[in-house]
Parts: sequence; C-alpha cells; structure tokens
Amino acid sequence: MNAHVAPAVMSRVACTVVQPLLSNVVRRVAERHPSLFARLGPHQSTDYLIDPVELPFALHLRPDPNALLFRAVPRDAAPQPGALIRGKFMLLLELVDAEEDGDAAFFSRDLEVSGDTEAVVRLRNALDDVDGSIAEETADMFGVPGRAILARLRRSYTNNEKG
Amino acid sequence: MTSLMSSAELICPAGTPAALRTAVDAGADAVYCGFQDATNARNFPGLNFTPEELAEAVVYAHSKGAKVLLALNTYPPAGQVDLWQHAADTGARLGVDAFIVADMGVAEYIAQKHPEVRLHLSVQAAASSPEAIRYYCESFGVKRVVLPRILTIPEIRQVRKEIPCEIETFIFGNHGLMVEGRCSLTNYLTGQSTNMDGVCSPASDVEYKRDADGTMSSQLAGFTIDCFRPEEKAGYPTICKGRYTVPHRSEAYYAFEEPVSLNLARLLPELIDAGVHAFKIEGRQRSKSYVRGVVSAFRRAVDDIRAGREADIADLVALTEGQKQTQGAFETKKWR
Amino acid sequence: MTKLTLGPIAYHWSAEERRDFYARIADEAPVDEVYLGEVICSKRAPFHERDLPATIERLERAGKTVILSSLAEVMLKRERKATADLAALDGPEIEINNAAGLYDRGRRAHRIGPFMNAYNEATIAWMARQGASHICLPGELPAEAVAVAATAARDLGLGVEVQVFGRACLAVSARCYHARAHGRTKDNCQFVCEGDADGMPLCTTDNRPILRVNGIQTQSESYVDLLPEVAQLVANGVTHLRLMPQAVDMVAVTSLFRKVLDEAMDAEQADAALRDCCGDTPFSNGFYKGQAGYKRIAMATPG
Repeated sequence: MNAHVAPAVMSRVACTVVQPLLSNVVRRVAERHPSLFARLGPHQSTDYLIDPVELPFALHLRPDPNALLFRAVPRDAAPQPGALIRGKFMLLLELVDAEEDGDAAFFSRDLEVSGDTEAVVRLRNALDDVDGSIAEETADMFGVPGRAILARLRRSYTNNEKG
Repeated sequence: MTSLMSSAELICPAGTPAALRTAVDAGADAVYCGFQDATNARNFPGLNFTPEELAEAVVYAHSKGAKVLLALNTYPPAGQVDLWQHAADTGARLGVDAFIVADMGVAEYIAQKHPEVRLHLSVQAAASSPEAIRYYCESFGVKRVVLPRILTIPEIRQVRKEIPCEIETFIFGNHGLMVEGRCSLTNYLTGQSTNMDGVCSPASDVEYKRDADGTMSSQLAGFTIDCFRPEEKAGYPTICKGRYTVPHRSEAYYAFEEPVSLNLARLLPELIDAGVHAFKIEGRQRSKSYVRGVVSAFRRAVDDIRAGREADIADLVALTEGQKQTQGAFETKKWR
Repeated sequence: MTKLTLGPIAYHWSAEERRDFYARIADEAPVDEVYLGEVICSKRAPFHERDLPATIERLERAGKTVILSSLAEVMLKRERKATADLAALDGPEIEINNAAGLYDRGRRAHRIGPFMNAYNEATIAWMARQGASHICLPGELPAEAVAVAATAARDLGLGVEVQVFGRACLAVSARCYHARAHGRTKDNCQFVCEGDADGMPLCTTDNRPILRVNGIQTQSESYVDLLPEVAQLVANGVTHLRLMPQAVDMVAVTSLFRKVLDEAMDAEQADAALRDCCGDTPFSNGFYKGQAGYKRIAMATPG
C-alpha cells in the first residue's frame, strides 16, 4: 500500500466514526446556550477550522444557528477557513471549558491562530460566557462510559504534560 | 492603620456575565464592566453586557455582597453625547454602585442627573497630580481616583495626603505604557479610536502570519508590530509593545516596552500602608479562567495581609503577557 | 477673520535655534498668534525659560498675540510648580494642557489645549462655564465632530482651533523613549533628544517608517496636512488654524496657508508648493477624514 494512502484512509474512517457524536454535541450546546450566538455577531457564518494537532482529523465549525455545522474533516480535504485555531486537543478542550486562558496559551505559543482574528476573539468570548463545562455536558450525554472516557483523556494529558 | 487595612477592596474585571459570576464567587469586593458599545474602553467583539445582562449581574453581585462598577470611561465625540448619557441613565436605573468616568461632560451629566450614584475617576482621565485629582473631586464630586500606573509608592503616599478622595491602583494585568486617555496610536493605524470607540488594536485589524520555520509576525492594519521566533513568548499586538528600528541601533528593539504584565503582589503591604483604598485587576478581555486564577490569588493575599499574616503569593506568571512580569513605575523611578 | 497660529515647539531645539526661529517668525511669518513654552518635558524648560521674556517682547512687537502653553503631563514637584506659576500669570494669555492647570487657574480666563480632551459639546460647555475662552480640539476628531464641536463652541463665544499642519501627537508617557533608545533613564537622559530636531524615526522591522519619538511623546511619521480642507474648516466654524513647528521652512509653510486663507492662491496649487517644502515626509489627513490617521485621502471634487 502507498505510504501516503494509509493516513488519509485512516483519517476518513475516523471522521465517519466521530461525526454522529459531533453533530449531537453541537446541537445540544446550541439548545442549552442560545445566548452564545449573539456574541458571535456577524461570525455566525464564518468557517472555523479547529485543528487539534495530535488527532487524525480537524474540526470544521460554522456556528450558524439556522444551519449549524460541526464536522470532522481530513486535513487534506479541509475547506479554506475564515479562521484557524490550532493546538493540542486537550488544550482546545480546556479553552472551550474556560479552564485555560486563551491569551495565556497564545502568549506561551501553545495556541496558534490565523485568519480573521476578530472571528477567533468572538468565538472565544461566546464560549467563555457559557457557564459550566461543555466537555462535561458532552460526556454526560453518553452516561457513565462518556464520563469515563473524558476522565481517562484528562489523566493521560496531565501525565503527558508531566512526563 | 487598621481602618485603612480593612478597606483594601479588590476590584475585578468582568467581560461577560459568566466572568462576573466567576469574579464574585472568587471573592471580588467589586466587579467592573461595560456595555456592548463605545461607551467603555474595552469595546471588543463579543465582549460586555446588554442592559438585560447587566440587570441580572447587578442582582447576582448584590446578593453576594459585591458591588458593580460601570465603566463609561471613553470620550464621546461631538454629536454622539446621547449614547453616553443613555448608558448612564440605564446604569443608574439598574442600580450600579458607581460609574467610572473620564470625560468632563459625562462626569457633569452624571453629577447633575444621578447624584446618588458614586463617581470614580477612570485612569483614562490621567489625573496624576493632587491638583488634577482635586479638580475632578471639587467639580463633579468624584469619590475615588484610579491612578495612572506611573507613580512610585512614595509618590502615591504623598498624593494620598493631598486629596479628599479614595485611591485605586492597578495591581495586576496589562501594563499600559502611554498616558491613558491621551493615546491615538491605534487610531493612527486603524481608523478606530481608543478614546472615542473604546478599542485598542482591534481584532478586526490584527493578523498573525507564520513562516515555515515557525516564526510568527503580528500585524496591525498591515503594519508589522512584532515578530516572534518559535521559542519566543508572545504578547498582544499593541503598538506600544512592538519592536522597531531606529537609525542609531543595529537591531530592532522594544522602543516603548516589551511584552510584560504588571504584578504588584509583593508590594501589596506597602500599597496598603501608603493609603491605597482599592486594588484593581486589569483584564475584562480575558477569560473566566484568568479571572478565577487572579482574583482568588489576590483574595487570599489581601486576606492574609489583613489578618497580619505573611501573604502567600500564588505564581501568576503563566497568565502574564510575554510570560513576564514587572512592578513597573511602582518600584522605581528608573522605570521612567 | 480666521487666524493662523503657530503651536509650541514640541522638540528640544537649542536656545540659539529657538531665538533664531522666533526672530524669523516675528519678522516674516504671516501668523497671528504664537504659542510658547515647554509642553512635553519639564527637564527641558530651564534651557529656554531665560529667553522667554525677550521672545514674547519680540513677537508682540511684531504684532503677534503670544500665549503660554502649560505642560501636558504634571506629576513631579517641579511640574506642579511650573503649572501653578503659569496659572498665576496675569498676562500673556495661557493655554492649559493638564487638569492640574485648570485647578490652579480656577475661573480666570484661559485657553484649553489639545491635550485636554475637549471632544464634545457637553465638555466644551462645562469648560466655558469654568472660564475657558478658547478650545483647541483633539487632533483625532473627525470632520463631522469638528463641525458640531465648533458650532457649539462658537455659540458660547469661544475661539475654536484645529491643527492643520505638522506631526500629530499620538501619545505621551511617563517614560522617556529617547532616553530608552540610548540605554538611559529619564533622570539620566543627558538630553539625547536634542539630536532629533524633527523627532527620532521608528521603522517597523520590515523597514516601514511609522512613528517619531520625541522624549516622552510619540508622534506620527506623517505631517498632518489640512491645507485642502481649510475652506471647509472655516465654513464649519473653526476660528484658528494651528501649524506645529517642524524642521522645515516654517515661514514658507505659514505663508502658503495664509495665501489660501486670503484666497490669493488656490488650495491645490498651494498644497503642491507645501509638498515641495517638506522633503520626503508623507502627508496625512486620515483623522480628519474619519480613517486611519496615517492615510492621505484625496480631496473630494468640488461640486
């Protein structure tokens, strides 16, 4: 098999597997936190590419309340985004949950942003105004197994950081 | 001495309702915030409060014994004074505990129309001498001045003796270099004014560019502000924290200041002793995570000092710009 | 009648350069009013205070009105004293650039300088009630706001001034950036700013000229040029046009503005001549046009 084909195929398989989960998550978040969209203002129609560097795919978000889009995309098939946010998966998750400070992650160079900076700032401020944890809410959607996966993810991240 | 100590209030930033609740829960004595328009100096995209949100925020803060200070600290351009006056009327109706103002016209309006609400003089008014502060106290009944970040502690002590109002000083966060309320740098490059529009290096004009080797350059309206090698810590893309060249130096340098944040944690006892009434944490544009971390750290430190204990100063350097901190002008005149 | 004024020298020109400069202004420059005094750095003041009475006398003898400008930043003891001393004067007129000066002056007549942030009609009305006779508007105020502010000020009987030439003041600080550029502190600056008669140029790392440093002050790289806007400024109620001294032939510069005011030369022709006076320095009018300050927006076709 061609060496370049394997990761590409893997990425597409992974996307297919996670897609139902993503659709579900974003719908729930939108239902529970409608005020989020007001803070996005004109960037409800912006294409965000969220790129967790160690995952086999990137995430494409278009936070349009009337046609919400959140999908896993292979990097080689990602659309030209209006704004790009790149970092380790756990850092991105902690930013979503306001456990980490975005500016601090940017100062330390752990977080990379490019494209429309205002789009990034609006998304950050919109998510920051959400009380509670989107990650926990998501995990809760899948009951005990969901919470276990999140806990394991957090542990492995913490260990990696220390090691 | 004791009475002064017991009044060391912690004034904390809130860019969103969630951040306000976070600050209150973390021990803020007061939070400051603004509306979603040009009436305050952090008019950033997606930030700040609608009147409805402010109404709920005031109820929440008051239920926990915290005050809400409304920043109306920009300068209305001629012909647009109404917006500021309406904001003041709304704030008064919602029961805010004080207005933070800079413009004399706005100050006078509030003094006439809402004399029951306290007036605080914003750092944007740049009142750095006893005479200037007395001018605002005697003209508008200002009860507290937020001092510019340019005075040493002995100078603050001297000012305190000569003025009839309380002093608030910044203790943590963005280290403003220019005299606040007198800076048109952003407007010069972007067409949006810090004084009139409440913006500073607006995100809409900021672009980050990356080279193949990982070098990142920050640009404001197409002007290169700084360039960071992959291992270098970064700062905000503000003109006063940029790197420039001059004819007599061979390399670009931070002509004004390097990316760095103010942290006066170690000077708290001296500031209290100098007569500072309230400590302000900068950062309405920052996240709840920042608010939680910084407010709770300073809450503990202030409580320790009040109780006569050695303050335990948590390490906050991870939250600072450029991951570097300074005591700036407060420590030494050499900073100037 | 619209008046031309010469703003205070922002830079650390030597005593001798200043004497020569004002002698020539007195003899040749068609300006009506001249602002004197150190506005930027209190450390510089002793160098030319001694010459001040003679300069005032020289200018007044030439028929110019002299106004003394106060420091923009007042923090140290010597700055407080300088401001109080100025505020105590009975004559000449004074222009106040810091609220400390307003406190010291009380309700006695004074002018409001460009550092006082008189952005709007409410503030201007307040200042007028406290004894202000004249307002210099902030340099970043766009045309529509200038028109509203000027109308309000005129209705109150105040003079209204707008800077029409020279580098824009963009910021002031407690820190001296001239000293910093030379590895010194403000207290130990050894007056290195004297070497830069038109400010110290800063360029971006990709070699784009952007700002000028003048001690604690940061200025625009460009010269503000509102010569093509003179007719509109006058029509909108502006009574005084301020030209800031730069290291160019200021007699030639002021003469061009005078000719346009007197309708002895059309604005386009005068502006081309002004261009020739100012070397490679870019011109800008962005603030007045409500755009980025550094920009030069073409004049609308007269219609």
